[in-house]
Amino acid sequence: MPGGILLKNGRVIDPVNGIDQIQDVLIAEGKISAVAQPGTISGQTAGLVYDLAGKWVVPGLIDMHVHLREPGQEYKETIATGTLAAAAGGFTAVAAMPNTKPVNDNQAVTMFILAKAAEAGFARVYPVGAISSGSNGEHLAEFGELRQAGAVAVTDDGLPVGNSQLMRRALEYASNHDLLVISHAEELSLSRSGAMNHGALATRLGLGGIPHVAEEIMVYRDLALAEFTRRPIHIAHVSTRESLALIRRAKEKGVAVTAETAPHYFTLTEMAVDGYNTLAKMNPPLRTEADVAAVREALRDGTLDAIATDHAPHDEIDKDMEFDLAANGIIGLETAVPLTLRLVREKHFDPRRMVELLSVNPARILGVEGGTLSVGVPADITVIDPEKRFVFTEEIIQSKSRNSPFLGWELQGRAVLTIMAGRITWRQEGDFR
Amino acid sequence: MNPEYRFSHKHVLGLADFSPEDIQAVLQTAESFKEISSRAIKKVPTLRGKTIINFFFEPSTRTRLSFEVAAKRMSADTFNISNSGSSTVKGETLIDTARNLTAMNPDCIILRHPLSGSARLLADHINASVINAGDGTHEHPSQGLLDLMTVREAKGRIAGLKIAIIGDIAHSRVAHSNIIGFSKMGASVAVSGPATLIPPGIEELGATVSRTVMKAVEGADVIMALRIQKERQQDPLFPSLREYAKFFGVSQKVMNVASPEAIIMHPGPINRGVELDPKLADGSRSLILEQVTNGVAVRMALLYLIMGGD
Ligand SMILES: [Zn+2]
Repeated sequence: MPGGILLKNGRVIDPVNGIDQIQDVLIAEGKISAVAQPGTISGQTAGLVYDLAGKWVVPGLIDMHVHLREPGQEYKETIATGTLAAAAGGFTAVAAMPNTKPVNDNQAVTMFILAKAAEAGFARVYPVGAISSGSNGEHLAEFGELRQAGAVAVTDDGLPVGNSQLMRRALEYASNHDLLVISHAEELSLSRSGAMNHGALATRLGLGGIPHVAEEIMVYRDLALAEFTRRPIHIAHVSTRESLALIRRAKEKGVAVTAETAPHYFTLTEMAVDGYNTLAKMNPPLRTEADVAAVREALRDGTLDAIATDHAPHDEIDKDMEFDLAANGIIGLETAVPLTLRLVREKHFDPRRMVELLSVNPARILGVEGGTLSVGVPADITVIDPEKRFVFTEEIIQSKSRNSPFLGWELQGRAVLTIMAGRITWRQEGDFR
Repeated sequence: MNPEYRFSHKHVLGLADFSPEDIQAVLQTAESFKEISSRAIKKVPTLRGKTIINFFFEPSTRTRLSFEVAAKRMSADTFNISNSGSSTVKGETLIDTARNLTAMNPDCIILRHPLSGSARLLADHINASVINAGDGTHEHPSQGLLDLMTVREAKGRIAGLKIAIIGDIAHSRVAHSNIIGFSKMGASVAVSGPATLIPPGIEELGATVSRTVMKAVEGADVIMALRIQKERQQDPLFPSLREYAKFFGVSQKVMNVASPEAIIMHPGPINRGVELDPKLADGSRSLILEQVTNGVAVRMALLYLIMGGD
């Protein structure tokens, strides 16, 4: 790294340090070495100087819920392509869900993921281990070794933990190893025969419905277990109004619960599925206007702590087929920033709250570094141009897969520069000389 | 009918896509074709040289035969491909098979498939016209049209009639097409059955839901009993066929509250004694055999309308 990087005249938004003003930021030796009034830092030590007038300089974004598909489904995504997509979307770190093939239920898989991530060098990867061996819901995975190898949390994501006793034991045992337990809340007996949200549209399309209670029953169970065991729990991809009401009530009671939602749950309704659009097929399914409104409100009022993309790459061969057979999930890393900025522009919350949802809180919940621009911390920084308009097309996607319901959308706001540990991992062509 | 009107659909995927005028056009055409079936030589050259593939992923002798007879009476070349059993196996998708069919350069594919939306999917991937002969629990438009034709013949009209549809509304593509078709043509449609088999939002297709069969049938001009799929019993939808027959079967007692001239229909095949009393199925009010005859006429009309023009 020849010298450092000086980021001049950007709007620095750093909620942890209470900063939201125009500042210059100097990066040296991979760390943040100064944050100061514009023009007061000498650019002489910096090899690179960027004038970021009109742009936001924020702590590196952290996506706490992605599927990188490697090992096992490299035709959909690899750790290299997934982390490059992360960098292109403004993320400096991602938490990798364990439903790979094989499942990340042991230290060998965890170490493999970390080695591949280091080799690629586009983003930090925080492996998430499985709750149960093979995620088959029977025996606890080896949490101790998973933690030693570098896992930060455990979940059987993709599947719920159907057995309540196993979930209870996971919460208890995770405390020995300082692992966060993440719940994929779904009561399978209610959801199994469905392919989209339960309701009139499902009836019209002749598709099986997934009722919102399939999520809520499990959210309630896991909140009850967290309260009972006095252990923290994190609820993934919350999609319904009543789930949010349950979480809100649990927080008021002092249960150590945190929760995330995904951009599609505050942007789209089930109507996106009409015409058997498999690009809008996901689990949990897209819901109703009332649910979308509740998710937006929960992001504002603190019921939801984080926005995570649930980035779920699938090849065309897994999507271009009968709706019932098509795979669940969409890619999300490269659309999260503009979709969240829509809510900022519509005044659901301010830019500072956006940074909390996409950086500060994910770091805190996962117990990892990041989420601040304090002097001395590793220089993980995202530069956002909140005005930049672009059309989201297949050509610009860095992920190996293209399964997005937002293809063709004109979006506004984009990460234009992503820096991880003082190194530039993404620079939007055309924005800088 | 508006003299400017032209039937302009390339595919027949569902009655949801049809306007009342489209339905009218099919029924009128079908009525004129019905006469052909009563001739000594039941064949016209209208579709000579056209290739029609019957592509059935589910066993259905009746519907397949009806389409095949219709095509042959129009002098089209027909081929039957059945693929039942393997369709839901991943790795062998509908689209893969469709690509192979394209090599035969068909003019029309008649698709029966266990998954909703499959006819639409096929239409999006192939140049030929597609007729949906039943896709999952979505629609079965030719059945809806033949039911409309049968009622119009028997009653002289459709508008203003009360149609009662009884049984498994949730899993019945026939019910869906009928609710859409009859309500588009101005009839009122009442449905009833076990609450476990009444899907959410069925009112949006044009039906009113009655808690009891008696209420749905009260004053009805047409009573349609739906087939109970015995194979769905792994989901606890109702306790037993015996109890189903007792509370949701169409019996003489039920018929007593209907209009005195009420007719009985069933898409077949019938589970006699379950959804329909055998005496009623074979009685004078039953138009079940007429439905079969009209099925051929309606399918001839559909083939003609989508292929006969060029
Ligand atoms: Zn999940």
